[in-house]
Amino acid sequence: MLFKLSLSNIRKSFRDYAIYFFTLIIGVAVFYVFNAIGEQTAFLKVSQNTNDIIDLLKNMLNGISVFVSVVLGLLIVYASRFLMKRRNKEFALYLILGMGKGKISAILLIETIIIGIGSLGVGLLIGIGLSQLMSTLVANLFEADMTEYTFMVSTDAIIKTAIYFGIMYVVVMFFNSFMISKCKLINLMQAGKKSEKLKLKNPVLCVIIFIVSVSALGYAYYTAGWKTNDMSTEKLAKLIAIGAVSTFLIFWSVSGMMLRVVMSMKKKYYKGLNSFTFRQISSKINTTVASMTVICLMLFVTICTLSSAFSIRNSMNANLKEMCPADLEIQFVEYDNQTDKDILVDLVETAKEYGYNFEEDLSESVHFHAYRSDNFTFADALGSHLEEVQKKYMYMEYGSPEDIVKLSDYNAIRRMYGKDEITLNDNEYAIICDFKSIKAIRDEALTTDKAVTIFGHTLISKYDECQDGFIDISSQHVNIGFYVVPDNVVDENYASVDFLIGNYNAETKEDKQIIEDKIQNKYKDFFKDYTSSVNDRHIGYRYALNTRIDIAEATIGLGAMVTFIGLYIGLIFLISCAAILALKQLSESVDSISRYEMLRKIGAEESDLSKSLFRQTGIFFLLPLLLACVHSVFGMKFSTFILETFGTEKLAESIGFTSIMILIIYGGYFLITYLCSKSIIKSHKQ
Amino acid sequence: MELLKIQQIEKYYGSKSSLTKAIDDISFTVHKGEFVAIMGASGSGKTTLLNCISTIDRVTSGHIYLENIDITTLKGKQLNQFRREKLGFIFQDFNLLDTLTAYENIALSLSIQKVSPAEIDNAVRNVAKQLDIIGVLQKYPYQMSGGQKQRVASARAIVTNPKLILADEPTGALDSKAAKMLLERFHYLNHEHEATIMMVTHDSFTASYATRVLFIKDGKVFHEISRGDDNRKQFFDKIIDVVTLLGGDVNDAL
Repeated sequence: MLFKLSLSNIRKSFRDYAIYFFTLIIGVAVFYVFNAIGEQTAFLKVSQNTNDIIDLLKNMLNGISVFVSVVLGLLIVYASRFLMKRRNKEFALYLILGMGKGKISAILLIETIIIGIGSLGVGLLIGIGLSQLMSTLVANLFEADMTEYTFMVSTDAIIKTAIYFGIMYVVVMFFNSFMISKCKLINLMQAGKKSEKLKLKNPVLCVIIFIVSVSALGYAYYTAGWKTNDMSTEKLAKLIAIGAVSTFLIFWSVSGMMLRVVMSMKKKYYKGLNSFTFRQISSKINTTVASMTVICLMLFVTICTLSSAFSIRNSMNANLKEMCPADLEIQFVEYDNQTDKDILVDLVETAKEYGYNFEEDLSESVHFHAYRSDNFTFADALGSHLEEVQKKYMYMEYGSPEDIVKLSDYNAIRRMYGKDEITLNDNEYAIICDFKSIKAIRDEALTTDKAVTIFGHTLISKYDECQDGFIDISSQHVNIGFYVVPDNVVDENYASVDFLIGNYNAETKEDKQIIEDKIQNKYKDFFKDYTSSVNDRHIGYRYALNTRIDIAEATIGLGAMVTFIGLYIGLIFLISCAAILALKQLSESVDSISRYEMLRKIGAEESDLSKSLFRQTGIFFLLPLLLACVHSVFGMKFSTFILETFGTEKLAESIGFTSIMILIIYGGYFLITYLCSKSIIKSHKQ
Repeated sequence: MELLKIQQIEKYYGSKSSLTKAIDDISFTVHKGEFVAIMGASGSGKTTLLNCISTIDRVTSGHIYLENIDITTLKGKQLNQFRREKLGFIFQDFNLLDTLTAYENIALSLSIQKVSPAEIDNAVRNVAKQLDIIGVLQKYPYQMSGGQKQRVASARAIVTNPKLILADEPTGALDSKAAKMLLERFHYLNHEHEATIMMVTHDSFTASYATRVLFIKDGKVFHEISRGDDNRKQFFDKIIDVVTLLGGDVNDAL
C-alpha cells in the first residue's frame, strides 16, 4: 500500500522531480566516468613514466571524489528538502486522515529508495557509455595508441559509485525523517497560504551598501590583480572573504535598486507585461540572495578552475615545441667536498673511458662548460638593489654564484636551437633570463647597476633588460638567468658545469626511442660504477640528464592530470549551481500558475506570457553568471600570475573552451528549466 | 440596442455514457446599458454560462454574438484580442497579482493593450476616483481589505472601457458592508456611465441591484424578471418570491 502510494507520488510530481532526477543522473554518470579512468586507461600502450602519472592521477581523482561527494551530498539534501517543502499540504492530508508520522517517513523512505535506485541505474548506464568517449579523450591527451581498445565496464567504479551515492541517500532519508518528526500539522496546512509580503528596501540604504560593496570589491580586485607580488595566504583569505561578503551585499542591494530604477522608467515599466515581469524577478532575487551568492561564487571557482586547467595544458604542450628544441641535454660537474670548489669533468671524454662514444648517436651537438665564481653571486648581480629585493622576497637564495657562459658557446647553442646569434663588444655582457618574476627583479637592478665586475673585467650591460633565451631544455620558462660574456673574459680556473646538448642521429620516432633507451641505460651503468669510485676521493658531483622524450611525457601527463581534475570539479560545480537555480525557478513557476491564469483571463497573448517567462528565467540564470564573469576576469589575472611559469599564451583559447562548456551545461539547464516552466504554466489551460 | 445575443447554446460535459448537460438550450439577449444578474443554485450552470460568454470555455452548440460578431468562432489570437478589448472580468477571489500594487494591477490591463504610459496614468486615476480607491493605489493586495481588493479588481475590469463587464460572484468573499459598497459602485457605473454588466450570483440581495434577473435551473432559463420602476426593496421582494418558488438550494444560500 505504502509502496503504491510512493510510486504514484513520484509519477504525479514527476515534473517537480524531473530536474532533481536529471541532476542525480548526471552526478552519478560524472562520478562513474572519473572513477573509471583507472581501468579505462589500462589498455593504453604507454611508457613507464606515463604509467606512473596515470597512477598519480587515479590517486588524485580518488581524493577529489570525496570532496565531490560532499558537494553532491549537500546538493541532494538541499534539493530534497526543497521538494519536501512543496508537499506540505500532501503531508497534512495524510496526518488528517490519521496516518502516523512514522508511516509518512516510510513513504518518503520508499520514494528515496525508488529514486535512488532509478538514478543510480540510469546514471551508471550513461556513465558507462560516456566513459568509452572518455577513453578516447584519455588516449588523445596521453598521445597513446588506441588500437587494442575494447568496450569496457569498470566494476570497481560501479561499486564505488553505488557506495558513495548510497551513503548520500541514507543521509537524505535520515534528514527527511527528522524533518517529518519535527513538523506540526497546523503549519503544514497553512503552508500554501503564504501572503507574500513585499517590502521595498530603503533605496538610500541600498545605494550606500551598493557603493560600499562595489568599492570593497574594487579594492579586492586591485589587490588580487595588480599587487600580486605582496600576496600572502593570509591576505588572499582576507580578499576572498571580502569578495564573498561584497557579492552577497551586491545581490542584496541590486535586488532593491533594480526595481526602483526600472519603475522610474515609466515608459518601459508600463509596457506590455514588463511590470509583471520585473516584479516577479525582483521578488525572486529578494528571496534568494543567499543562494545567488553561493551560486555566483561557485561559478567563479568553476570558470577559474576550468580556464586555468585548460590553459596550463595548452601552453605546456605549446611550450614543449618552443622550449625543447633538442633531444638530449647532459650536465655534469664534480666538486671538492672540503672546499666546495667545482672541478670540471669533460663528460664526453669520461664517457669514452667507460666505453661509450656520444658521436655515434648524435647527429649534431654542442659541448661546452659554464663558469662560476663565489665572488660573483646573485647578491653581487643585484648590486645596490639587494636590500630592497631582500625585504620583498625573504626566502630567496642570494649567495649562489651566477652562471657565466662564453659568447661563442652560447651562439653555438642558439644556432642549434635555430635562433639568431647575438653580438657583444669586448666590454659588454648580456643577461639571458625568461622566468618572468626573476626577470623583473633583474631588470629592476639593470636600470641603475649596469656595470659588473667579472673575473677582474668591468663590463657594461649591452641591453637595458634581460634577453629572452635559455640553455636547458625544459617544458616551461624556468631560466632564472645566466651571464653571457665575451670569450676573453672567462678564467678557466673557474670552469664549472660541463654541458652536452645534441640531437639524436635518427629520423623516426621509433629510432629515436632506441637511442634514448641506449643512452638512458649507459647512463645508469655509468653511475653504478662512478658512485662507488667517488666515495673514496672526497668528491661530490651534480648531474642532470634531460631528454625531449622524458620532458614530453611528463608535460603531457601533467597537462592531462590538470585537465581531468579541472573538468571533474568544474562539471560537478556547474551542474550543482544550475540545478539549484532550476529547482528554484520551477517551484516559483508552480507558485505562479494562478498569476498566469489571471493574465490569460484579462487577455494577455500567449507569446507575451512566454516572453515574460523567458526573461524571468534568463535574468535569474544570467545574474549570478554575470557577476561570476566579472570576478573571473580579475581572478584569472591573479591565476595567470601564479601560472606564469607554465606560460599563458593560450589563455584566450582556454577561456573560449570554458565558455563553450558553461554554455552547454548551464545553458542546457536554462533551456530545460524554461521549457518545463512553460509547460507548468500552460498545464491548467482548458 | 442589442449588445449580446445568446442563441440556443448547449454545453455538455463527460462522455456518451454519462453525459452532463451543464447548459441545455439557453437563449436570451442583453441590451446596451443593462445590468443583468443571473441567479441559480450550485450546479445550475450559471458559471458555465458566464465562462462560455467570456470565451474561457467553449459551447458544444449554438452561437453567442457580441456586437454581431459570433465569438464562438474566434480562435487563438483573435480570442485574446476579443477578451482584451471587449470584456472586463471581476472574480469572486479578486484575482489580483499579489506582486503588484493596486495601481500596477489596474495599469496592467491597459499596458497589455499597448496603451501609452501617459494615457495609462490618466485612465487609472480616473477610474480610481469613480471606485473610491485613490487612497490604496500604492498598496499591495495583502495590505488591503477584501472590499478594497474587489474594487481594485473592478477598476481593472472597467479601465479599458469594455463593452461588457462580467462578474462572477463578486460579493462572494465580502462582508455585507463591503458588498453593499461594491454594489453601489456597480449601480453607479451602470447608471452614470451606461456600463453593461452581467453578474452571476446566488445572493438575492446582490441580485436586487440589477435591472433584470435571469433564474437558471438545471441548465435552462427557468424564469426572468425585470425591475421596471420598482425600487430596490420592492425588486428584492420579487426576487425572494421567485427564489421561494425555485425552492431547494437557493434558499439555503440566503
